[in-house]
Amino acid sequence: MSEIVISAKKLSLVFETSDAPVHALSEVDLEVKKGDFVSFIGPSGCGKTTFLRVIADLEKPTSGEILVNGVTPEQARKARAYGYVFQHASLYPWRTIEKNVALPLEIMGYSRDEILKRTQDSLNLVNLAGFEKKYPWQLSGGMQQRASIARSLAFDADLLLMDEPFGALDEIVRDHLNQQLLQLWERTHKTICFVTHSISEAVYLSTKIVVMSPRPGRVIDVIESPLPKERPLDIRESDEFRDIAHRVREGLRAGQSYDD
Amino acid sequence: MTRDGKLIPVLTILIVIVAIWYVAVVWLNAPFEYDQAERAGSKIEFNQMVKNTMSQKRPVLPSAHQVFSEIWNTTILKKITSKRSLVYHAWVTLSVTLLGFLMGSIFGIILSISIVHNKAMDKSVMPWVITSQTIPILAIAPMIIVVLNAIGFQGLIPKAFISTYLSFFPIVVGMVKGLRSPDQAQLDLMHTYNSSKSQILWKLRWPSSMPYLFTSLKVAVAASLVGAIVAELPTGAVAGLGARMLAGSYYGQTVQIWSALFVAAIVAAGLVIIVGIAHNMVLKRMGQLDSQAGGVS
Repeated sequence: MSEIVISAKKLSLVFETSDAPVHALSEVDLEVKKGDFVSFIGPSGCGKTTFLRVIADLEKPTSGEILVNGVTPEQARKARAYGYVFQHASLYPWRTIEKNVALPLEIMGYSRDEILKRTQDSLNLVNLAGFEKKYPWQLSGGMQQRASIARSLAFDADLLLMDEPFGALDEIVRDHLNQQLLQLWERTHKTICFVTHSISEAVYLSTKIVVMSPRPGRVIDVIESPLPKERPLDIRESDEFRDIAHRVREGLRAGQSYDD
Repeated sequence: MTRDGKLIPVLTILIVIVAIWYVAVVWLNAPFEYDQAERAGSKIEFNQMVKNTMSQKRPVLPSAHQVFSEIWNTTILKKITSKRSLVYHAWVTLSVTLLGFLMGSIFGIILSISIVHNKAMDKSVMPWVITSQTIPILAIAPMIIVVLNAIGFQGLIPKAFISTYLSFFPIVVGMVKGLRSPDQAQLDLMHTYNSSKSQILWKLRWPSSMPYLFTSLKVAVAASLVGAIVAELPTGAVAGLGARMLAGSYYGQTVQIWSALFVAAIVAAGLVIIVGIAHNMVLKRMGQLDSQAGGVS
C-alpha cells in the first residue's frame, strides 16, 4: 500500500488577472499514497480547490511538476483515471437519476448491459436503489449529492476527487453522508482527495490532513491521522480526535497571521 | 396551465377592443354618409347614419360583423378549390410558410452550432447575421424573387426563401445563446470524462438549449408567415393571403383586406400554438413539465 498516486513538487499556479497576479498555489510539495483519504482544509482562497483542479487537469500549473499515477494530469484524465465530485451535484435536470449515473458510461462507450449493471451497482453503493426513475428535482439535496457520487463511481476509477461535496448540506445530512462515505471508501479501497472547510469533517474522514493558507496558497502542515480505520460518529468525542482538531486549528491560525 | 384563470381578463380586453372598433367604424365611415346625404340634397338622421356606417360596400374601416361574415362566406360556404376561397389562399401561404420555416430552422440551427464551435465563424458570421436583418424585407423580396426566377427557380421555392430569410435569424440568436447556456461546472464535468466535442454537443449543449430553441421557433414561425405574405406581393398577386390583400387594396375592397388579415392572424396564432404544444411535449419527455410552469403560448 505504498504506491504513490499523486506527487507534486514545487507546484505553483498564478492566475493573471487585470489588476494583479493571484498566487493560487505556491511551491506545493505533496505525496498521496494509494488508498489514502486526504483532506485539504483551509480558508477560501487558499488554493485547495485549485490544487484539486490541477490534479484533474482542469487547470494548468504555471511551474513545478505534478504526476498522477506516474503520468501527467492530462494523460491521466484521458485515461479516465479519476472521478470528480463537484460542490453542487450538477446533475443534468433532463436526465433521470439512472441516466445521470449512466452519462460517463455512455460517453466512454460501455455496452448497454454493462451500463445497466454498473449504474445499478453504483446506485447501490450510495444507497439510492429504488430512485432510478426519479428526476433530480424530485430528490433532496443530500440525495442529489449521493447521485453525483454514484456517477463518479460508475466507471470505477481508482481515484476520487471531491470538491466540498457536502458544503451546501445541513449538518445532520452531512454527518450521515460522511459515515456513508467512509463505508464506501472501506469497501472500494479507492484513493480519495477531499476538499473541505470543516475541521471536524476533515479530521473525521481522513488518514491525512493537508492544512493550507491563502495568498499565496501553500501547505502549512500535513497531519497523518492516528485514528483507527473503524470510525463511529462518537469518535469525535475522543481525546485523540480533539488533539488532531487542535493541531489543524493551530495550523489554520498560523496561516492567517501572515494575512494581517 | 391555468387557462381558466386567464379567460375573464382576456375576454374583458376583447370586449374593449370590439367596442373601440365599432366606435372607430362610425367615426371613420361617417364623412362618407354625410357626403352622400349632402349630394342628394337631404339631411341624414344620426341613428340612420350610424346604421349605414355598419354596412357600407367599401367602408374606410369595415365593421367586425362584415369582416366575419366575409370570412364565413369565403371559407365555410365556398368550395376549397374555388379561387375565391380563403381556405385555398391560406393553404397557398401556409405551404410557403412551412417550407420556409423548415429551411430557416435547419439553416439557423446549423449556423448556430458552427458559430458556437468555431471562433472564426463567431467573429465573422455573427455580424453579418445581424446586418441581414437591418435590410428592409420589402425592398429585398422582389429582387430575390426576380433573381431566383432568372436562374430557374419558380413556384414555392423563391417565396419560401423570403420566409427562410426572416425565420433563420431568431433561431440563430436564440440557439447561440442556448448552446452556450451550460455552466462551467457542467462543461468541466464533461471535460473530466474526456468527452469529444460532439458528445458535449449532443449530451449537454443540445438538451440545455431546448427552452431557447422553442422560444425562437415561436418567433420564427410567425416571422416566416410574414415572409410568405410579403413574398406574394411582387409575384403578380396570383394566390395567397398576401395576394388577396394586394388585390383588395387595388379595388378598394377593404372588407377583403381585413378578412385576409384576420385569417393570416388566425393562421399565425395556430402555428404558434402548435409550436407551444410541441414544446410541452418535449418538456414532458425531458421530465421538466412539473418544475416549470409551461403554458401553451
